[in-house]
Amino acid sequence: MKSILKLVAMRLGLGLIGLLIVSFGIFFAVEALPGDAAEAILGQSAEPETVAALRKEMNLDRPALVRYGDWLIHVVQGDLGRSVATGRDISVLIVPRFSNTLFLAVTAAAISVPVALVLGMAAALWRYSTFDRAVTVGTLTSVALPEFFIGYVLIFIFSVKLAVFPSLSSIAPDMGMGERLLRTILPAFSLVLVVVAHMMRMTRAAIINLLAAPYIEMARLKGMSNARVIFRHALPNAVAPIVTVVALNLAYLITGVVVVEVVFVYPGLGQLLVDSVASRDLPVVQASCLIFAAAYILLNLTADVVAIVSNPRLLHPR
Amino acid sequence: MISTLFRAKIPKTALFGLVVVSVYALLAVATPWIAPFRESEVVGGAYMPWSALHVLGTDNLGRDMLTRILYGGRNTLGIAFTATMITFLIGMWLGLLAAVTGGWIDQMLARIVDMMMSVPQLIFKLFLLSLFGTSIPALILIIAAVDSTRVFRLVRATASGVAVMEYVEVARLRGEGLAWIMIREVLPNITAPLIAEFGLRFCFVFLAISALSFLGLGIQPPMADWGSMVRDNATLITFGDITPLIPAAAIALLTVSVNFVVDWMLHRASGMKD
Repeated sequence: MKSILKLVAMRLGLGLIGLLIVSFGIFFAVEALPGDAAEAILGQSAEPETVAALRKEMNLDRPALVRYGDWLIHVVQGDLGRSVATGRDISVLIVPRFSNTLFLAVTAAAISVPVALVLGMAAALWRYSTFDRAVTVGTLTSVALPEFFIGYVLIFIFSVKLAVFPSLSSIAPDMGMGERLLRTILPAFSLVLVVVAHMMRMTRAAIINLLAAPYIEMARLKGMSNARVIFRHALPNAVAPIVTVVALNLAYLITGVVVVEVVFVYPGLGQLLVDSVASRDLPVVQASCLIFAAAYILLNLTADVVAIVSNPRLLHPR
Repeated sequence: MISTLFRAKIPKTALFGLVVVSVYALLAVATPWIAPFRESEVVGGAYMPWSALHVLGTDNLGRDMLTRILYGGRNTLGIAFTATMITFLIGMWLGLLAAVTGGWIDQMLARIVDMMMSVPQLIFKLFLLSLFGTSIPALILIIAAVDSTRVFRLVRATASGVAVMEYVEVARLRGEGLAWIMIREVLPNITAPLIAEFGLRFCFVFLAISALSFLGLGIQPPMADWGSMVRDNATLITFGDITPLIPAAAIALLTVSVNFVVDWMLHRASGMKD
């Protein structure tokens, strides 16, 4: 047991260091650009004295490393700074949008994970069947489709032709849960289509890999029932690869969300990031990128930790 | 005799993929001669319906849609191909260098790549675009820099298996230089996965450029490209007109075709019977 805790702690520590390095990169890449925030706010025609005064006010005259430390402490406390374009508090801007994005991603995950796991296992068990072959072709196709293509095809079918779902996903905080879900269903469905085939294929590969192992053959030769072989022998060892598959695809959802939010005009963090990149509002870009990167690192971390904890060999050390 | 042998070996999906890719390449090269109008010529009112003169109608600014689609394909394909080439130049050489030299160079490169890969690709690209602006050279270099990490990973992994072979050892003892070992001893033995990776990488780069253009941050107007065409004319979809889906479908068809071809090549290279 002790060795597991040590492994998990080490992995968590590595994740934290990774996040720290990413934050360092995000801060200093902006720092390395010519000009600074004071010049950006005042414009090129500003008097040097005014720029210097604003710099002092914004603490820009202090060494970069000190400012990085300050920035990091503020970020950890939830203060993400101010937008250059609007002058608004970034935390106020981001929190509702981030919760919208989370709502969308969780809805998509709640549909895609069970569907992908069940279909993936089915494909593995009935290998080389028509169903399995259809899964393969479906995967190859879905990996190659752009997210916005899927999104617009869904809009065309479900909101233009059938008129069952709205094409724009404008959601407001005072909306009821049902209304919210109704407006989220098309973007969520696009995300499901983006990840489900890939997740299915990876589940299939993980299970097939496992079923080829000698101890499974041994179990079969002992005359065990099919169900017992799968649930008692195969599944405990399949947890780690399957969780890895799920986490990897949820991490992929994070980037898929950016394009899908723009297609459906969904007021989430991805849309905010795209708008801020277009207007070069660097503090907002820094904050959104940091959140996206943190979520991504966290998901990968979860996958690794679950893989360590669920490994039967580590659970029962000899 | 040879042609029958060939036909027997290529599965239908791969054959379909090869034909589609060739047609795209041909159209991209021939665009200036076959396009009915000039790339950004305004030829009529906005959103004109399909007609004999404007086969696919006109777009939001009154430019001929068919012309824009042809030029869009040419631009996006050209930029994606250039970006993929640069991606490979960076990733392949650094990967070979890491695998053949080993030691601290290998460790340093691998750790840097690990760090770069811990950030989602699209987010990384958006961040860099916000720093360097949205010019075409910046777009190409940003995509090449971010995607080369994946090529590096693959080349390092496959090449380090080759780099420990006896014949490489013999070459080292013979006193061959680093470049000789990289190019003459290791590279020829990893070409099969590299070619497949080139196809896949091209797909990802192509999709990335289209996605960025769709977001308004990739190829900038008045240059035509498939991603921004979808966005600019998306209103038509809500009126039940499928024209804006054509460029999106064109992207999908190309990437699916390349995937079919690559799948077949990987299959052959690995000798799998699965």
